[in-house]
Amino acid sequence: MIAVLASGPLTTIQDLGRRGLLRSGIGRTGAMDRRAFALGNLLLGNAPDAAGIEVAVAPLVVRFEADTAFAITGGDCRATLDGHPLPPWWAGLAREGQELVMPPPRDVVFAYLAVGGGIDVPQVLGSRSTDLRGRFGGYDGRPLAAGDRLRNFGADQKSGIESFSPLGFGVVPPPAFLPDAAEDETGTLVRIVAAAEYPWLSPEARMALEHTGWIVARESNRVGYRLDGNALAMPGRREIFSSGILPGVVQLPSSGQPVVQMSDANTCGGYPKLGVVIAADLGRLAQVQAGQAVRFRVVTQAEALEATRAEQTYLAKLARQIAKIRAGGVPQ
Amino acid sequence: MQAAGPAPGALAHAPPSLRFAWMGEAALLCDPSGSHLSDAIQQRIWTLADRTIDLPFVRDVVPGMNNFLVLFDPFLVTREELERRLGEIWRGSGAAVRAGKTHEIPVVYGGRGCEDLPFVAEQCGLSIEDVVRRHAASDFMVYALGAHPGFGYLSGMDPRLATPRRAVPRTRVEAGSITIGGSQSGFVACTSPSGWHIIGHTCVCFFDPHAQSPTLLTPGDHVRIIVEDILS
Repeated sequence: MIAVLASGPLTTIQDLGRRGLLRSGIGRTGAMDRRAFALGNLLLGNAPDAAGIEVAVAPLVVRFEADTAFAITGGDCRATLDGHPLPPWWAGLAREGQELVMPPPRDVVFAYLAVGGGIDVPQVLGSRSTDLRGRFGGYDGRPLAAGDRLRNFGADQKSGIESFSPLGFGVVPPPAFLPDAAEDETGTLVRIVAAAEYPWLSPEARMALEHTGWIVARESNRVGYRLDGNALAMPGRREIFSSGILPGVVQLPSSGQPVVQMSDANTCGGYPKLGVVIAADLGRLAQVQAGQAVRFRVVTQAEALEATRAEQTYLAKLARQIAKIRAGGVPQ
Repeated sequence: MQAAGPAPGALAHAPPSLRFAWMGEAALLCDPSGSHLSDAIQQRIWTLADRTIDLPFVRDVVPGMNNFLVLFDPFLVTREELERRLGEIWRGSGAAVRAGKTHEIPVVYGGRGCEDLPFVAEQCGLSIEDVVRRHAASDFMVYALGAHPGFGYLSGMDPRLATPRRAVPRTRVEAGSITIGGSQSGFVACTSPSGWHIIGHTCVCFFDPHAQSPTLLTPGDHVRIIVEDILS
């Protein structure tokens, strides 16, 4: 058992989300930074869809009531286990009675706690992710709170982590390995594929879209990130019929300030669509803190797919190395 | 929803062609829409959804308001091939008719929490009573579900009530709210953000994730409003 001693309103149980239900209005939800989430499960040898805890804004404090393999990924949390500092992107074995304190990360928005076997809560509509709007899934459809008690599936198993090092092991954070988009002085680069109403933008607005340092607004959340900057002009804008939309879609309400739909996106929307953030960059956008800047770049489908391939190659290579570590070997 | 053969008055000639646009690198938006919503086009879209959902490279389909979103595996099919296949199926889809259910929904218009009723009336140049009368008399049909679990996008709203969406969406609109956005109307099924105008409220439940059938409405169903009260 894992006892929750402290939590916050943005700390929820998530996995990779629900699929195949968009036409019932049921969205994907799931981890905002899917790569960081995936790395936690990889480190522990969990199934890729094992549920974990997404931590943001407020600290998560838990006490392990049995020996539990765990991993922390996503950012620089300065997490501690019984007061001992843990490196970021780290997996270890907590002993019965030990207390883990996970402050929200200093550099990004979301951090992830994975546990051996994944969190044991019922699947609802095929996933353990929390759907905050529908109030289902995860832990009773709500954020975690002090007093909640969680079970993990791997409770009876030793994970093999201690066979490598009693202190655990970690991975070099992904940005150091993935040579793609990075920050420049304008802000974090986020690549998008142009969408249906992109042609409605004036030529000046198209330039501004890609040269503005859009500031993530404070009201941003798991549903959408509002971006502040000079309003984009869309001459000849007209009402359009609602259509299916996806996480990553960059919409332009008549205010001219873009909104990017995120993990808890609506499944349909009627605002003009400028572009969609490529899958490889959506987690990077999610991790940009309020007040920080983001810059867009329009790319082709081919470039988007190349970025996805690079990430899949990286994760596959990591999975092989971790498997060797867990089997007691030394990675090549 | 059983296909019962072509509808009377169905598109006897070739349907409007699909306009395609990316929705990211792994989804394609297909749009045959014209200036007004068409029931005949929507019937065809439901058929297109039924005939594409099981294709090996299709991950998901989302019927919209006279449009259609296809999520696909970009490593299994190119856009060109996908457009070709979709166009073929679209042209071959005779307008089968879905025989849906009729739901009676009691509504209280106006009052606390339904603060946009006077605004909609003013925008449309109508009295509040006229807005209510026209809205409740509309023959609503469920075109699609979207926006949030169980939310039905409805066609058939009296065109006099069309009101452009809010410039800045609200961050919270209560479940049970009756809303207007552009030329469409909808019943909010889960408390959620919305850019639509709130004109009334109902106690009917449109979504239960633990039910055998989580959503009340299905595309092709009809909705009839019963006016319970008009509050100021």
